[in-house]
Amino acid sequence: MRFRSGLLAACAAAALALSVGVTSAKTLRYANQGDLKSLDPYTLNETTANAHLGNVYEGLTKRGKDLSIQPGLAERWEVLEPTKWRFYLRKGVKFANGEDFTADDVIFSADRVRATGSNFTTRVPKDAKFVKVDDHTVDVILTSPNPILNSQWDTWYIMSKKWAEANNSTAPTPASAQTPSFSSLNANGTGPFKIESHQPGVKTVFKPNAGWWGKPEHNLTEVIFTPINSDATRVAALLSGEVDIIEPVPIQDIQRVNSSPNAQVLTGPELRTIFLGMDQTRDELLESSVKGKNPFKDKRVREAFYKAIDIETIKSRVMRGLSTPSALMIAPELFVFSKDFKRPAYDPDGAKKLLAEAGYPNGFEVGMDCPNDRYVNDGQICQAIVGMLARAGIKVNLNAQPKAQYFAKVLKSGGYKTSFYLLGWTPGTFDSHNVLYDVMGCRADGSNRGETNLGNYCNPKLDALTDQVLVEADTNKRNDLIKQAFQLGFDDYGYIPLHQQALAWGVAKNVKVAQRADNSVLLYWITKD
Amino acid sequence: MLAFILRRLAQSVAVLLSVAIIAFAMFRFVGDPVNQIVSLDTPAEQVEQVRKDLGLDKPVYIQFVRYIGNALQGDFGQSYQFRQPVTKLLAERAPATLELALMSALFSLLVGIPMGVYTALYRDGFGARLFQAVSLIGVSLPTFLIGILLIYLFSVHLGWLPSFGRGQVVKITENWTTGLLTISGIKALILPAITLGLFQMTLIMRLVRAEMLEVMRTDYIKFARARGLKTRAINFGHALKNTLVPVITIAGLQLGSIIAFAIITETVFQWPGMGVLFLKAVQNVDIPIMAAYLMMIAALFVLINLFVDLLYAAVDPRLRATIRES
Repeated sequence: MRFRSGLLAACAAAALALSVGVTSAKTLRYANQGDLKSLDPYTLNETTANAHLGNVYEGLTKRGKDLSIQPGLAERWEVLEPTKWRFYLRKGVKFANGEDFTADDVIFSADRVRATGSNFTTRVPKDAKFVKVDDHTVDVILTSPNPILNSQWDTWYIMSKKWAEANNSTAPTPASAQTPSFSSLNANGTGPFKIESHQPGVKTVFKPNAGWWGKPEHNLTEVIFTPINSDATRVAALLSGEVDIIEPVPIQDIQRVNSSPNAQVLTGPELRTIFLGMDQTRDELLESSVKGKNPFKDKRVREAFYKAIDIETIKSRVMRGLSTPSALMIAPELFVFSKDFKRPAYDPDGAKKLLAEAGYPNGFEVGMDCPNDRYVNDGQICQAIVGMLARAGIKVNLNAQPKAQYFAKVLKSGGYKTSFYLLGWTPGTFDSHNVLYDVMGCRADGSNRGETNLGNYCNPKLDALTDQVLVEADTNKRNDLIKQAFQLGFDDYGYIPLHQQALAWGVAKNVKVAQRADNSVLLYWITKD
Repeated sequence: MLAFILRRLAQSVAVLLSVAIIAFAMFRFVGDPVNQIVSLDTPAEQVEQVRKDLGLDKPVYIQFVRYIGNALQGDFGQSYQFRQPVTKLLAERAPATLELALMSALFSLLVGIPMGVYTALYRDGFGARLFQAVSLIGVSLPTFLIGILLIYLFSVHLGWLPSFGRGQVVKITENWTTGLLTISGIKALILPAITLGLFQMTLIMRLVRAEMLEVMRTDYIKFARARGLKTRAINFGHALKNTLVPVITIAGLQLGSIIAFAIITETVFQWPGMGVLFLKAVQNVDIPIMAAYLMMIAALFVLINLFVDLLYAAVDPRLRATIRES
């Protein structure tokens, strides 16, 4: 009897082993709120699109799970002179269609990414020259030193020259293209996955690229991506086991997903900083009861607004604990000295006093612009702020609207038509210079500086420091300069940083995934049991 | 008759043109499409270049004239989001929407008519009262709520039916795909079709019930009874047949609105049809898709109305006479 049961067990074990071998096909089903609109890696610079295409295409560099810069298609690189970088390309790399990857592809991609219609022109400096040294070495010659040259190259994906030429895709597809573009429906990268089929806005199927040069960290045999726009349906699909990963989970549903038997929510801080900005440039605000002068030009008023906002209440009530209050315009993960900055304490009485000193003992009225479908609970944050400012005597007329209308009004193309607004910013380079230049720099005609500085907070001293930051190659000195610049903005109350919102991914319990703080769902780090 | 048709066709063109004008006037308020195409850190001169390339720097009336000119040649432009011709996108999405609309129309007829007959015949019975109460819920609950309730019941709790998508589809022609030939495709159809058809179903049920009650009181039914005909023959052979004329009219007219208002159901179930495409287009200010979709829906309604008018003229001799006189 014992012998028989032992035999049975052995048979069962053998059968099990066999069935494991047979059922090793691992299909991951992934749903995101947003569509994958185009497969051309230069048409839309958006986190979700970059993450999707990052499974298929690769840059010269990669970013690790901690966002550190790592070798990608370039094995290594060195700075020969401050204005000359040399990149040594990985050998034996093939594109999904079998072509070899060479220096020509890098040079071609450098031209293509800077061509009209590319959404990624800032990835590579306009006047940088790419010189082929040999098939696997490329020199980049700059007109001025740039220590962060390759900081965004993880999402500057390298395309095949031959493939693009053969398929009439040598130019990035601009929105205005009159003929449908081949490269927006087809992809040919060097990455760990390739695209099996793609129906825009409906379904995209990824298959592992067997010829990939690296060692796969995933165990997937197929990935089916479907956009699910409706929050409730996306959560339902995860709970019913029809999909394995969803992004994002609405924060009000986190509890429910966590209490379900088959899924959980992975949360973590995101890099995007949500902040308030004030029009400090017009002589009279567009939307305010104060006529003939601009109250935001008075630092005391800006300080009063800052101190009237109870960030902890926003965190606990509006964000349900899923936010990190911030004193800086950049996430702590991206700047080493962030912890040296502390938010001024919430002080409604102090705020009232400051307003009285500034000549507004009874407060004033001001219009506020706010998106309501762009950031996590953005509309509710603004409503909370309206209530908090009311306690300090400020009557805020909130204009919360969908992002399409909001951005049309407040951005440069709309004439910066705002007095007081809420915006979110992730530095594309993951570097402070981007924030100092784009968001905190003084606006000037003929320059891109301060283009997203919607209220034109301006301190020339900060700009001077920003220029030094750009060319300083020594990391310690550079960080010190950045700190000085942020200190100026901090002391000026130029902006009111609120918080970094949290990431929330819904993941089935049999799936393991690396959550990167830039909210990229990367298939090559996912395993499924 | 020919003059009548021609006049109706001319009117139809006028309707389509005015829909286009109203649509174009409204696009100015949906936001700036260029901001949806570029990212926040795109340099301003590039933003202006995109605007120029798209012709959006021109006044609205020039954009309109250009659009109509191209549309007349069958060119509805390219989607800003997908960089694909709008006609191709709509053609790819149309089968999903039509399949869903057809199934929910069938559902509403096949369930609504028997329920209507039943409630009319046994109007004081328990079943009739129950149906009436259910139909009240169907009329008063908003579609998205019904959809989400169904998802939570049948997908999350019972796990019987999928909560989103079309399941496995079979390709019939280049653009035409159907889910009716696979089990997962049919399963995926059930919840959305019920959600979309519930309102029509209750409408038809109530209509049939009211008509039926009316007919049952008429003299010929009484005579039929007096002649000793079987109840079944009276109910279905005589009464129901005479109630169906208005029901068919309403059902036909409602088919247009089922297609047009599938937007909400499609969004709840992530049904890859034209409605989802349109809604995303609104959110992303994808004007070419919005314009083409609105024109298509307008054309659909115009066609259905034209067809109904012609049908009336064919059926009703009195109407034919007035047409001839004028």
